[in-house]
Amino acid sequence: MLRIPCPHCGERDATEFHYGAAAGVDYPTDPAALTDGEWAAYLFVRANPRGWFRERWFHAAGCRLWFHVERHTVTDQVRTVREGAA
Amino acid sequence: MTISARLPGHPEFLWREDEPKASYDVVVVGGGGHGLATAYYLAKNHGITNVAVLEKGWLAGGNMARNTTIIRSNYLWDESAGIYEHSLRLWESLEEELDTQVMFSQRGVLNLAHNLSDIREGKRRVNANQLNGLDAQWLDAQEIGKLVPILDVTDRPRHPVLGGTFQPRAGIAKHDYVAWGFARAAQALGVDIIQHCEVTGFQTSGDRVTGVSTTRGDISFGRLALSAAGHSGVLAGQLGVRLPLQSHPLQALVSELLEQVLDTVVMSNAVHVYVSQAHKGELVMGAGVDAHVGYGQRGSFHVIEEQMAAAVELFPIFARAHVLRTWAGIVDVTPDASPIIGHLPFENAYVNCGWGTGGFKATPGVGSVYADTVAHERPHPLAAPFALDRFTTGRLIDEHGAAAVAH
Repeated sequence: MLRIPCPHCGERDATEFHYGAAAGVDYPTDPAALTDGEWAAYLFVRANPRGWFRERWFHAAGCRLWFHVERHTVTDQVRTVREGAA
Repeated sequence: MTISARLPGHPEFLWREDEPKASYDVVVVGGGGHGLATAYYLAKNHGITNVAVLEKGWLAGGNMARNTTIIRSNYLWDESAGIYEHSLRLWESLEEELDTQVMFSQRGVLNLAHNLSDIREGKRRVNANQLNGLDAQWLDAQEIGKLVPILDVTDRPRHPVLGGTFQPRAGIAKHDYVAWGFARAAQALGVDIIQHCEVTGFQTSGDRVTGVSTTRGDISFGRLALSAAGHSGVLAGQLGVRLPLQSHPLQALVSELLEQVLDTVVMSNAVHVYVSQAHKGELVMGAGVDAHVGYGQRGSFHVIEEQMAAAVELFPIFARAHVLRTWAGIVDVTPDASPIIGHLPFENAYVNCGWGTGGFKATPGVGSVYADTVAHERPHPLAAPFALDRFTTGRLIDEHGAAAVAH
């Protein structure tokens, strides 16, 4: 099973967590100013790399912390973990 | 006399190992079911035979070798019913078309309802299907018990069977034979099938893609047709295009060979179980996707554990069956659980992707529709609603209900 190192609780089974998908997706500062294409990109398009991927995880059955994980999408190896906003 | 001298020789190969030429009219990237079917219909229906299918591994070794072979067309929306029913009709004559056996067995597909909202959703879908001329029926628990005697339809289980939708013309086929049939037939019409040929980059000139770099050299082309399932996002990324896809591992498993006990495909979206029994006797079962993005072709064991718990509740006699092997394929899922078929933002490049957890059933249908789109350089009417620009216009085709995990 995929193991996720929670910055607060340490490494736990992935079943304790909820997946929060790609990190670094900020809500547009002025949504009304976006074109339809830019709005679609914000709503629907996310990075989907074969390789290193920065994503969000939530320790739902633990400390309830949202945090960043950098994980390799082929090997599931985790490189960096840090607390912080999206 | 040595043993090897007494053994029969290797049977004839069904297709040649072609060497890549410098240039083709159409290059199809992806030698799975969809890519092979597309190449076949380009040659057969449109007379475009100077075609190469590039496959990074071996022929049909990706999701074509990893799916649960379920074929049905009972999707909710008109656009989906259009393309999936077109495909089901092609399945019904595919053995004659390809002059090969594909073991297409129209044993019917049952989708179980376990709660009130499943019942409402199921009945709505049956009504929508009937308006589209599909052979959909609603069965109550008693009728389901007669159809599938080994299914526990008493009120004991955690997931009570309260009814379900049934499509009698749906069924299964032998996935390998389908791929091999398309490969052999396409090659007989002049298509080159090039295995172990991985795309490493593209050459562009203005708004045209002119060539592809591969591990077996550079190839130029008139038109490019991507058909790479879970790796579509990676390929499109090499063209600088971001697609609304997330790639997840989707697992399946088979049991040991058992006596025939199940002659209907049974699916339950709510508990993520879908099961059929192959002609040979294995129970073929699909599980769910892992929530996270993954390309490792291995899924999480807890997904299978949860699925088996539900399967044994529904089919008590499965409790003593042994799992023979489990595996995963990489499925490319779109935000509306419907595929993307049509132009990329280049004049001569096309994409067929986003089939997520349910591309196998579409193999002949999308092959013919995609080939037509590429041949005539405009969307086939059945493909038009699935264009990439629907995510900008907002005209989504939300099939989460009919697709769910068990597509």
